[in-house]
Amino acid sequence: MTQLALVIDLNVCVGCHACVTSCKQWNTSSGYAGALPDDNPYGADPTGVFFNRVQTYEVGSFPNTDTVHLPKSCLHCEDPPCVPVCPTGASHKREEDGIVLVNYDKCIGCKYCSWACPYGAREFDEHEKVMKKCTLCVDRIYDEDIPEAERKPSCVIACPASARIFGDVHDPESEVSKAIRNNNGFALMPEIGTKPANQYLPRANRKEY
Amino acid sequence: MHPAFSVIFLTTLIGVAQGLFTALMIGQTYELSDSSLSFGNDFYAIGAVLVLLFMGGGLIASFFHLGRPERAWRSATMWRTSWLSREVIAIPLFMFVTFLYAYTQYTGAANSTTLLIGLIGVIASFILFYCTGMIYACLSFLREWATPLTIVNFILFGTASGFSFAAFYAAISVPELIDVYASFAVVLTLLGFATRIWTLRRNAALKPKTTTQTAIGSKHSQVRQVSQGQMGGSYNTREFFHHKTAGTVKNVKLAFLILAFPVPVLLLCLGMAFDSGVTLFLAFATQYIGLIAERWYFFVQVNHPQNLYYQTIS
Repeated sequence: MTQLALVIDLNVCVGCHACVTSCKQWNTSSGYAGALPDDNPYGADPTGVFFNRVQTYEVGSFPNTDTVHLPKSCLHCEDPPCVPVCPTGASHKREEDGIVLVNYDKCIGCKYCSWACPYGAREFDEHEKVMKKCTLCVDRIYDEDIPEAERKPSCVIACPASARIFGDVHDPESEVSKAIRNNNGFALMPEIGTKPANQYLPRANRKEY
Repeated sequence: MHPAFSVIFLTTLIGVAQGLFTALMIGQTYELSDSSLSFGNDFYAIGAVLVLLFMGGGLIASFFHLGRPERAWRSATMWRTSWLSREVIAIPLFMFVTFLYAYTQYTGAANSTTLLIGLIGVIASFILFYCTGMIYACLSFLREWATPLTIVNFILFGTASGFSFAAFYAAISVPELIDVYASFAVVLTLLGFATRIWTLRRNAALKPKTTTQTAIGSKHSQVRQVSQGQMGGSYNTREFFHHKTAGTVKNVKLAFLILAFPVPVLLLCLGMAFDSGVTLFLAFATQYIGLIAERWYFFVQVNHPQNLYYQTIS
């Protein structure tokens, strides 16, 4: 069974937020998810819906510190806690490729799935009154009108440092599986048991990370 | 977590309704145990209508929680996996049995019929208590909620407030039942007080399994967020943080520990001693306000793991 996912190399990510803006651009214009709204974008109290965030952490104590940029989007967990709690079946995991999606026509906006996600990967759309989340660009990766090389999530194509790799983590010969295997790929919050499909490659050549 | 008043009112109001229904059945059993007693069918029929009114109030409140209330009917579909879906089925089931009970009492059906319907209703109300509690208790990583105590508390607080209301209802209709209902209410309130303090102590002793380290996959002991990746707020900073001061949270905790438990016990005892409907109403009203504060605290106390990703603006 296929499980599409992202592998993000923390050695390479420079924290430029290109993945964040390209995600917003694609998912606002493609129409599948409806526009990702922004309110007061230039006002005093701006807010908006994003599928992807780049967060920055400082590891270690001065002067021995590392700055780590952590891009965070839905991890498309193999055991997603957000799916069984959904009372309508709007929140679902696709059999064919393992993508976790929300059916925006079935969602009643009860927000229970967002409570059940330990990563905060879901954001409520106050305009459409439904829960939204990363679709792994499901409306792009299968689009045969797009050149084959570009049938990848928008964030992967946008990344100027190629920190993001996209592929099937269940295929041991795929680029993502090899990257995870050869570089000690790890999952976020493994103790919760969600088995995230997205994995991260740790900083290399650091005694302590 | 952000405390949503829609859910606070839903869970507290249906708790009163479920407790009141159980109280009606205790009353009917008590009446039948002594042939000299006769409370009349209207007491039960009107009582069951009051149960439906409390349930209706809770249901109205719940709709304010939904982004798309017009699609609420869909929420009964995933009962195989979702406790919320099971609750959505248990609520109308309990209301239907309550309606049947009210109708059969109103038409003067035989005691065997009303007792059987009432028994089914009590079972339905406890199934509903279990479903409501499990909505919170099933989220294993929200460790403040993931305990059987969550279900025990929902049951004890719901039945205690339901019996408190029943004591007031008895005072204005069937005074013979005041002592029965108020005694039950006192015992349930004291039990609830004990389990709530137990829960507070348990939660205070919780050591987080999920840390900033596991959140970003670092083994270093010194990790701090420099930026959450956004200057403004987002759903993540609104839904999962209560944005209240530690002082406010502490005061609300103190308020519910006083208002939901010792004060109603005192007022219930006074109400029993003087057969005073006003005092019994005050007992219920104080307890209900205390339980609203308790439910507010129930949400606010939860440290959602996602908050680890939203610690610093920049």
